[in-house]
Amino acid sequence: MNTAQWLGLFTGVLFGFLLQKGRVLRFDKQVGAMLLTDMTIFKFMLSAILVGMVGILWLSNMEIITLSHKPMNVGAVVIGGALFGAGWAIMGFCPGTSLGALGEGRWHAVFAILGMVAGAALYAELYPFFKSTVLAWKDFGKIGLPEAINISQWIIIPLFWVGTIGLFFWFEKKNL
Amino acid sequence: MKWKTEDGGWSPYLAGALVGLLAIASVLATTQWLGKTSYLGASTTFVRAAGLFEQIIAAEHVESNEYFTKTKVRIDWQFMLVVGIVLGALVSSTTDKSFRLESVPPTWEKRFGPSIGKRAAGAFVGGVIAMVGARLADGCPSGHGLSGMMQLSLSSFVALAMFFGVGVWVAHIVYGRGKS
Repeated sequence: MNTAQWLGLFTGVLFGFLLQKGRVLRFDKQVGAMLLTDMTIFKFMLSAILVGMVGILWLSNMEIITLSHKPMNVGAVVIGGALFGAGWAIMGFCPGTSLGALGEGRWHAVFAILGMVAGAALYAELYPFFKSTVLAWKDFGKIGLPEAINISQWIIIPLFWVGTIGLFFWFEKKNL
Repeated sequence: MKWKTEDGGWSPYLAGALVGLLAIASVLATTQWLGKTSYLGASTTFVRAAGLFEQIIAAEHVESNEYFTKTKVRIDWQFMLVVGIVLGALVSSTTDKSFRLESVPPTWEKRFGPSIGKRAAGAFVGGVIAMVGARLADGCPSGHGLSGMMQLSLSSFVALAMFFGVGVWVAHIVYGRGKS
């Protein structure tokens, strides 16, 4: 294995460990989030975002790392996002957590993983069609929210923090 | 607020915040050692896995497919990250005794019964739909939900709203309101 593979494996082990410790891998947690009865996944993801965004945007400002926005291709993000949401609800796992669920013994995740590999193969066949239709509609390119609305990230980050922490207090108050 | 959950897990706030630190450390490490900043993600690996499987039976087809060529079918940093997730979850769950062999999850069983076949079909079909969507949207809850949001990517705000918006709607149709 080369350096990239070793580094990926090491990072993945830590990531999988934390996903499992946060108890976010399970089908019931994922579907519970979508049924709005269990906010564990929201708490986990939002906490990760709050911490990660400060470091990543600061490192990018210092030009130590480069950002890699995914393109704001309207049709692709909206239709793709909707398809993902529908499939996610039925499957009860997302791509990363399906593997973690397998690791903690929830072996029915195998069917989800096989389905997703088949879905990826299907997408590869459908790519020319999507490229000439959905992907060709309207692409705003790889942009961040600060450029899009012309407000500094150092204003958006504190607002995001305040809003999210308010949400956390509400979750705890409602015992979600 | 408790740091431990009843079953020996960690508070999702704590585990999540640590994933935030991991994400920062990971962009630094990939920039430093691989020469290119890489962000946590998972769904592209499924394309590479599909390509690797197809290469066994139809190597030429994979070579001529535009999407496989664009994605580059190889075992890269993210592929091993995804493999690592399995190992990390295995280590964590076996050491805190939360490892369970589960064939049908409780929420599913309540709605569709204990049939493994039904669960397998649901997981497979859901997986196909979700992955076509993830590739179209160019990310999943890891790539868009975590990494994209941490960068304040415009597309990630839209993608995440669609993931959860439609997910909530479909979950209520599939599993019924008030069940959990």
